[in-house]
Amino acid sequence: MDWLFEFPEMSREGLRDLKKGIDEAFQAFGREYGEGIEGFFDPLLAFLVWFEKLMLATPWPLMIIILAALVYAGARSWAMVIGTVLVLLLAGYLGMWEDTMRTLSIISVATIICIVIGIPLGIIMSKSDRLQSVVTPALDFMQTVPSFVYLIPIVMLLGIGRVPGLIAVCIYAIPPVVRLTNLGIRLVDQDVLEAADAFGASPTQKMLTVQLPLALPNIFAGINQTIMMALAMVVVAALIGVQGLGSEVLKAVNNQYLALGMFNGAAILAIAIVFDRVSQKFGKRLQKHSEVLHG
Amino acid sequence: MASHGIEVKDLFKIFGPHGEKFIDAVKKGMSKTELNEKHGHVLGLNDINISMPAGKIQVVMGLSGSGKSTLIRHINRLIDPTVGSVVYEGADVCQMSKTELLDFRRHKTAMVFQKFALLPHRTVVENTIFGLEIQGIDKKDARKRSLRWIERVGLGGFEDHYPNQLSGGMQQRVGLARALANDADILLMDEAFSALDPLIRTDMQAVLLDIQDELKKTVVFITHDLDEALRLGDRIAILRDGEVIQQGSGQEIVLNPADAYIADFIKEVNRGRVISVSTIMSRQPIGETTKVEIKPDDRLETAAQAMTDREENRANVRDNSGNLVGSLDLKDTIRAMVTAATH
Repeated sequence: MDWLFEFPEMSREGLRDLKKGIDEAFQAFGREYGEGIEGFFDPLLAFLVWFEKLMLATPWPLMIIILAALVYAGARSWAMVIGTVLVLLLAGYLGMWEDTMRTLSIISVATIICIVIGIPLGIIMSKSDRLQSVVTPALDFMQTVPSFVYLIPIVMLLGIGRVPGLIAVCIYAIPPVVRLTNLGIRLVDQDVLEAADAFGASPTQKMLTVQLPLALPNIFAGINQTIMMALAMVVVAALIGVQGLGSEVLKAVNNQYLALGMFNGAAILAIAIVFDRVSQKFGKRLQKHSEVLHG
Repeated sequence: MASHGIEVKDLFKIFGPHGEKFIDAVKKGMSKTELNEKHGHVLGLNDINISMPAGKIQVVMGLSGSGKSTLIRHINRLIDPTVGSVVYEGADVCQMSKTELLDFRRHKTAMVFQKFALLPHRTVVENTIFGLEIQGIDKKDARKRSLRWIERVGLGGFEDHYPNQLSGGMQQRVGLARALANDADILLMDEAFSALDPLIRTDMQAVLLDIQDELKKTVVFITHDLDEALRLGDRIAILRDGEVIQQGSGQEIVLNPADAYIADFIKEVNRGRVISVSTIMSRQPIGETTKVEIKPDDRLETAAQAMTDREENRANVRDNSGNLVGSLDLKDTIRAMVTAATH
């Protein structure tokens, strides 16, 4: 009756060989193509470094003015502008100016990459049910698998640094913008689409004049979520060498520095709130047509 | 003015994955029910032949499920037929390539929808411009044309409103302006006024008749409302279960309903507004004994009004070229207005 309580598992040697086989195969792949893949991402690295340097080199008062102007352009709200300026001043006063800039830089670049890849992918996906049935499970996978698991192959291929960190952030953060672009386009009213057809709109005209504009609120909800998820990955990305507020939090965890952890955590939270409110207000402004109702 | 009519010839539409397989069976008389129950296909249109006159309003009438909306969507091929043809200016719409079809839709047709189907994110003028924008017409020029049509449908001053700031009737005026701005010869109206309140509907019918008087487009108007059909239609085709069961002028249908179904339909109709003087007048003018003169194509209601206003029992009928062509008796007029056609 032993077999009932003893799971019939693989032999130790077999299991070891299997794992070794997988590891070695991937290492061989890394040796073969690692440099090529790294080379492929070189322009990205150059851009990341340039952008971070730019933000760090800009005098802090000018940086605050630029950020305040961006917030006003997005949210059209003086309260938001004042809040943002106060948060930045406080973060700088508490010694986190440079780390805040680093984090802002990587979040911005990650968001731009997610939008540039995510929206076109969402558009294509909305046009093909077959593509949707392939991409949806892939997105589920990207959101569900613990990020540490895909950090391993990324680090094996690209080592530690900004680019692998950025890739990890993008893998985690891109699903919402893809999903909501796809969904937003698919939810556009059939009657309106039929009208566009009746007036002889080509598929491209239909996309540009009807589908994308009407999907915009959903697309913006997706971008908002993508930014939030990118921020959530800051600490994890710090594990593989992304400098910024996240790496300070990591340091605080390792050394039990309570205050350091709290300050940097609060700074991440403050950035998240600013990004969230500004992108939400901007998204709302895009649908001003739906606010005024016939009474 | 539109110079070409639309010829709908031998048109069949069977909905389902293999519609073409059942064409022969349907032609041999398989019923809609049998097709649905035994083969899971739906007979949408069954052997439609309608010759829609140029520059006139062709009404297609039927209750829901009769296939009228399916039929109008074959004219600009929003729905592909199973077999059959729709010929306009010598070209079969059903055989057009994709680019030819886009071109046809852009320049020859414009459509007005039951649920308006306006673009909610665009203002009235931006909606009206839509068709011109698709055609690739210069923005400034398009805007000028659109503003003229907005004015024409009575929406002057509302150019910069969004659709959801407008009432249903006003929204459909935008839909009409959008279609008219396209400057197409064919105007397709799919239950365009059905979603409106009765008073606003009558109002919109007047707007359409007024504009049609001036433009003489080839209008295809879908409705389930017989009064609307009789008011607007130069010709009416009545559809049931995907088949045309009668077509002709409103008066022909009211006077000679093809079957009990249609007879039942027209029972409630105000006949005085449909039957014209020439139909029941006597060919003998009655000379100087009456001062009332009416025209042969006046409706009985107008004639009766003219006679009672002058307290006369008879009227002379004078045609447009000034000749006396006959006379009408008030008693006959009222009899024709109140007796339903027997069948």
